[in-house]
Amino acid sequence: MNSFSANDGDRELPLLALQGLTKAFGGLTAVKDVSFTVEKGAIVGLIGPNGAGKTTVFNLITGNYQSDRGQIIFADQLLNGLRTHRIIMRGLARTFQNIRLFHQLTALENVLAGCHYRMRGGIIASMLRFPTQQHEEQAAADCAWRELEFVGLGQYGWIAAKNLSYGDQRRLEIARALATQPRLLILDEPAGGMNEQETKALIGLIGQIQERGITILLIEHDMRLVMQVCEKLVVLEYGSKIAEGSPDQVRCDSKVIEAYLGAEDEA
Amino acid sequence: MKRFKPFTIALFVASLVFAPLFLNTYQIDVLNSIGLYTLLALSLNLILGEAGLFNMGHAAFYAIGAYTSAILNTRYQIPILWTLPLSGLIAGLFALVVARPVVHLRGDYLLIVTIGVGEIVRIALVNDVFGLTGGANGIFSISRPKLLGFTIRQPQEFHYLIWGFVALTIFLFIRLKQSRFGRALNYLREDEVAAEGSGIDTNYYKLAVFGLGAAWAGMAGTLFAAKMTIVSPESFSFWESVMLFMIVILGGAGSIIGIVVAAFLVIGLPELFREFAGARMLVFGLVMMVMMVVRPQGLLPARSQQLSPTLLKESNR
Repeated sequence: MNSFSANDGDRELPLLALQGLTKAFGGLTAVKDVSFTVEKGAIVGLIGPNGAGKTTVFNLITGNYQSDRGQIIFADQLLNGLRTHRIIMRGLARTFQNIRLFHQLTALENVLAGCHYRMRGGIIASMLRFPTQQHEEQAAADCAWRELEFVGLGQYGWIAAKNLSYGDQRRLEIARALATQPRLLILDEPAGGMNEQETKALIGLIGQIQERGITILLIEHDMRLVMQVCEKLVVLEYGSKIAEGSPDQVRCDSKVIEAYLGAEDEA
Repeated sequence: MKRFKPFTIALFVASLVFAPLFLNTYQIDVLNSIGLYTLLALSLNLILGEAGLFNMGHAAFYAIGAYTSAILNTRYQIPILWTLPLSGLIAGLFALVVARPVVHLRGDYLLIVTIGVGEIVRIALVNDVFGLTGGANGIFSISRPKLLGFTIRQPQEFHYLIWGFVALTIFLFIRLKQSRFGRALNYLREDEVAAEGSGIDTNYYKLAVFGLGAAWAGMAGTLFAAKMTIVSPESFSFWESVMLFMIVILGGAGSIIGIVVAAFLVIGLPELFREFAGARMLVFGLVMMVMMVVRPQGLLPARSQQLSPTLLKESNR
């Protein structure tokens, strides 16, 4: 069932390709033989009812879980078995469904986490404040401020993350992910808990991220957002892929309608 | 408050510098103990306060440093202060070896393992491992430290050696805190999954901070051996680890000033209450309990802004 989408994605090379990904927790198969590709420069949405295994797929991609079977190929390299920070260093970044910020630290320090792996200064260089270390810290700070401004949090750099509003916390998480300079950004329910206005701003932000040449893969329940920004959708139900294609194709797919509204004989 | 702080610190430093002029030998000796505990608590703070790793076996690293110095000095006649880097190195390496298999454990589990490590080291010392540690009697007649041809003997002289080392430690640790390394420790404490997911090798930093904290405790051990001229297992009991743990939590984990204040309270208070004799630990225990109920975040909790001056410049934008 190696169904690489041969319909419309062929013009671009896939940046990320999942092949037959399977993951079981005890007796429960959370992800079952899932394959799809994310083309370079695209915005791809991963949707499905609650518990369909979407977040598990994300956790498999970023190495938080190890898959039982299947391959994850990113920019022609196999990611299976790599530890999460190694995967991030390869150019993948993510946000979390239930916001995971460093709450006691300032927004700026949060974003600096994303700059961390590109810096070198160790214990001795830091204790003795070598000029190269100072230079590097300054460069990282500049980078972090840029990302804060990019997501519209430029004036909140000195505020502790826990004191930001919910929507701002989501944006801060995106800024931290962007600071790792990713090629692929994975967003797990970026509009979760946002009001209409914040969601609208988020849609704009996602567009700006794409303009920077960053590919995006996102999970989202807000169908208006999904239909508006995604070029391609992948639909999961009970851990299996049931549909893949453009938003219009997916919207008309009988299996998708059944998954979301329930089969007639079930009701 | 902001202008008040540098003044308070200056006053504190000045009174430490001039303390030997006013205090008697006993009082200076208490002050020296406080200095050693401050040093140890600062090193534990890296592990417990900054990185959030529960370590209640810190006395083990202290012991290894003290014994390394004692053995090198009494067997090979190496001047005691020269053994300082080696004590640090050996305590640090020991920490890396023990921490490697257990460092992935979470909170309370790590706590229990580190208690075990502390006890194993103490019992090993009592049992005279490799015939080096002198068993329950320990090692005595360690020679007095010499600095630039001057032999340090009196508590007043140790006062400057110990508190000088404390000052150097604070100076270096503040810089460490305001760096990539220091931030990585805070990320670890705040959210390990998010830290790893931001490209930070969490396993590396856990090990590195155990190694560094232990190395510093090992060097404190050298100072202890030099001050006492005798080391024995009873100086490195579980109670020592508990006291250090208490100082860090009481001071406000991650806060250097808080830890200095807490070291004065935890080590100094029982001395003040000496006249209550048997009841002094009772009073002390009560103070601790009230403290934790009234102010669980510690005396002077760390502020969230702890950035280097280069970063602070940006605040004028």
